[in-house]
Amino acid sequence: MKEETPFRRFVAEFAESPLAVLGLVIVVIVAVLALSAPFITPQNPYDLAQLDIMDGRLAPGSKSMDGLVFWLGTDDQGRDMLSGIIYGLRISLGVGVGSAIVAGVIGSVLGLAAAYFGGKVETAIMRLVDLQLSFPAILMALMILAVLGKGVLNVMLAIVLVEWARYARTARGAALVERRREYIEAAECLALPRWRLLAFHLLPNCMPPLIVIGTIQIARAITLEATLSFLGLGVPITEPSLGLLIANGYQYMLSGKYWISFYPGIALLVTIIAINLVGDQLRDVLNPRLKR
Amino acid sequence: MTTWIFRRLIQAIFVVLAMTVIVFIGVNVIGDPVEILISPQADQAERARAVIALGLDRPLWEQYGRFLWNAVQGDLGKSFVFNEPALRLIAQRMPATMELAVTAVLLSIVLGIPLGLYAGLKPNSFAGRSIMAGSIFGFSLPSFWVGLMLIMVFAVQLGWLPSTGRGQTATLFGVQWSFLTRDGLAHMLMPALNLSLGNIALVLRLTRAGVRENMPMDYVKFARAKGLSPVRVVFVHVMKNITIPIVTVIGLEFGSTVAFAVVTESVFAWPGMGKLIIDSINVLDRPVIVAYLMMIVFLFITINLLVDLLYTVLDPRVRLESRE
Repeated sequence: MKEETPFRRFVAEFAESPLAVLGLVIVVIVAVLALSAPFITPQNPYDLAQLDIMDGRLAPGSKSMDGLVFWLGTDDQGRDMLSGIIYGLRISLGVGVGSAIVAGVIGSVLGLAAAYFGGKVETAIMRLVDLQLSFPAILMALMILAVLGKGVLNVMLAIVLVEWARYARTARGAALVERRREYIEAAECLALPRWRLLAFHLLPNCMPPLIVIGTIQIARAITLEATLSFLGLGVPITEPSLGLLIANGYQYMLSGKYWISFYPGIALLVTIIAINLVGDQLRDVLNPRLKR
Repeated sequence: MTTWIFRRLIQAIFVVLAMTVIVFIGVNVIGDPVEILISPQADQAERARAVIALGLDRPLWEQYGRFLWNAVQGDLGKSFVFNEPALRLIAQRMPATMELAVTAVLLSIVLGIPLGLYAGLKPNSFAGRSIMAGSIFGFSLPSFWVGLMLIMVFAVQLGWLPSTGRGQTATLFGVQWSFLTRDGLAHMLMPALNLSLGNIALVLRLTRAGVRENMPMDYVKFARAKGLSPVRVVFVHVMKNITIPIVTVIGLEFGSTVAFAVVTESVFAWPGMGKLIIDSINVLDRPVIVAYLMMIVFLFITINLLVDLLYTVLDPRVRLESRE
């Protein structure tokens, strides 16, 4: 009999839901695909020398002039959709995960600060959070892009500005409970510097809810990026994310060439749903109130 | 009650003012106002003249005062592209967006409440579970992709419904409406459904939670013991108690629905103000962008105010609290 560590218990509880395990497996596969894109794709979709306009808009399963099989068809530029999707995943995941993490760091710091210092700091931060959360994400993102213009960095900035508030609210909620515990008092008695108390004592104990929110926020960030790119406000056409691939195929869909939009959409869908499944199970496992 | 409304009104005005400051700072401090307000074709001398004419050489607070004064009078600048007042452009497109959003909200009520009732009354049935599982998709699917799939299935493959545009419109009160003609309704069905998917899921879940919470309560048992029919118990007694949260959420979601119409309008080429703002961002027609942002913020705050008022009408407890 192996010794039961908290980590083992966590793994065992997570594995109780087969759907969540499936979700995790898909997330891992998607991440691996995205990371190893240059090594596994049949074609480099950014390398114009490898593209042949004569191969444009071929149906799934057809062959190129030099014998390459396009399993998912090609888009209007003769790009292999399979390769395009894997490279697109890379950008979608990169933007989504990157901005969700930045938002998480900013939001958590502000939330912890609000809970720890209280008073005017707390009022100011939480008012800002309330204001932010009362406007829908898409509107906030549009405002930011309208002022700053389009582009990858601006999209990431928009996602960060949209998402930080939710982390801040969660972090504050968790920290308000934790800061009354004895170990914080003990750390205060040791006269530890404030930053150390916040970063090494308070933060680690507020992590579980932040991790749960973080998973869901990654899925939201990917959706928001895809939506903005679809609207033509996101990534540039030379390095398309999934949203832009879908937008590209839109005009051909009406003439029955469904695959240019359909498959990137499926890839986006599967990714988002898988992340949500993992997030749901994490919430159940990490939430002490639901402990059996 | 009157003092409460008055206080709420003053709060709303402050939020509007705060938003004008944010939009003003966004456009004039973060962005370059010369580039924003003067057409890119202008040469150096024209630019210098325009800077003085627009008062961009004045101190910032004075510029803000002028911006606010003009905004109050309904002047938010002229569109570079259409050479028309930006506010009038927005106002022209507004009915299309509004009818789409209102239809979407109606759809979410008409579909969401019955489905939620069913799932709440029979939570363990196969259909009840399927409804709940399906509602997850309503939240997590990217709405633009669902819109594309609707077009692909119902317009391209089956050919039942038109894919884009508003269709035939009829005039009522001097405004063009799609819901008055059959063709217009056919054009509106898919976009409205697409826009309402998230809301349907939301209403459905709220209704289900409300039913599940209320069914074991004493008043339901009493109504049953009195010999009332199950239909009357559910539709009169339980419904009364679950409507309050649903009304609040639908009211608050109306604002997001209008904002989210941006996506639906782009997918279905629906000529509303959402499509206008996307086109304007793409060609940097900034007066229109500013006008849109001001308009939608104003709309949002008005809706929040109305929902609060409605809440006091529906829920006597809130009314009593505010009186104290």
